Amino acid sequence: MSFTGVLRPGHCALRVMEMAPALTHYVERLGLLKTGEDAQGRVYLKGWDEHDSFSIVLREADAPGIDYLGFKVLSNADLDRFEVALRDYGCAVERIPAGELTGCGHRIRFEIPSGHQIELYAEKAHLGTSVGNHNPHPWPEGLKGMKAHRFDHCLLYGPQLADVADLFINVLGFNLTERVVTPDGTMIAGFFSCSNKAHDIAFIEHPEPNKLHHASFLLNTWEEVLNAADLMSMHDISIDIGPTRHGITRGRTIYFFDPSGNRNEVFCGDYSWYPDREPITWETEQLGRAIFYHDRRLNENFLNVVT
Amino acid sequence: MVSSSDVSVMLEYQITLIDSGLSFPCKDGQNVLAAMEKLGRCGIPIGCRGGGCGICRVQVMDGARYRTHKMSRAQVSAQDLASGICLACKLIPEGDLVVRALGALRRAVT
Repeated sequence: MSFTGVLRPGHCALRVMEMAPALTHYVERLGLLKTGEDAQGRVYLKGWDEHDSFSIVLREADAPGIDYLGFKVLSNADLDRFEVALRDYGCAVERIPAGELTGCGHRIRFEIPSGHQIELYAEKAHLGTSVGNHNPHPWPEGLKGMKAHRFDHCLLYGPQLADVADLFINVLGFNLTERVVTPDGTMIAGFFSCSNKAHDIAFIEHPEPNKLHHASFLLNTWEEVLNAADLMSMHDISIDIGPTRHGITRGRTIYFFDPSGNRNEVFCGDYSWYPDREPITWETEQLGRAIFYHDRRLNENFLNVVT
Repeated sequence: MVSSSDVSVMLEYQITLIDSGLSFPCKDGQNVLAAMEKLGRCGIPIGCRGGGCGICRVQVMDGARYRTHKMSRAQVSAQDLASGICLACKLIPEGDLVVRALGALRRAVT
């Protein structure tokens, strides 16, 4: 198998209410690396194991939430192909010139039926990692806090999940990996992969459009998740729930909030997805353990608190 | 002899929830939600604790002495603020307060 088309979630643009505490959170606690800042005051961050120059963009605003989520595609030919396909599908596609985000090639942006702004791009400045690609050490010294390896995925809340699923599967080439269905067969949650991961993006049906449930960052082990939880108590970071286990995707996880109330996750461990397998289905009756496998009951905060 | 700065450290205010009549002390400089949560009390729903999600929305019914830290404009408008509506996680009392929980999850905790 080789990856084609959409490769991965490549950047997530988050609004924060105050930049200084946000940077303490994302750099000192989560362990992301600051790689730049532009004339608009936007700050660019990446995990130590990411090669492109940024995966998180922070912008100071009067309300938190997500501005847009960008996916990297393999080539400019793919980008052109998706632009045509999206227009044919009926999406209004906006072209954003190269350099509007520092180091990023030209992007196409479109609104999906859940109200979120999604972007595709093919090129981004290659910064590499500090261990390099030539006889590298397994990890760099001097990492901070939770030492997040990379940005991994977002869970977004909004309406019209069936239409969102159709777009991601039939236009962008994602696979549905897991879903939650009601007794009448309506999908209320969908997990989608463009890769070998159990999810690259997920959606939950929600009446209010364009909401962020969480932005997630990868750790390698359960012990790293526990260390992250310890750091949250050391630094009085607002914890939502965890450390615990998801039924859906099998992730070992902890959820917490940045200082503006945007939910973050650090997690490790899911399974390898291949596009020739059947998606997993969860029934709403089992939603408690589908979400939190040990608690086995619905957590109202986790289901309702969004930015 | 106790200095004036030592006295100010010990200052605390009484917060009363109008729906339940529950009350709890809040230390000077502490936010109302943290004071409630650290004492294991409930009555105001707890969300992000960062002024972003709006779950801990309250209205100050009595007691004019308080200040607030930055909150999401999507959750608390200037008009809200003028009528005493704010988020408990960003509400810093400067005197005793009576508040009413307005947040979306309040039924789940009362």
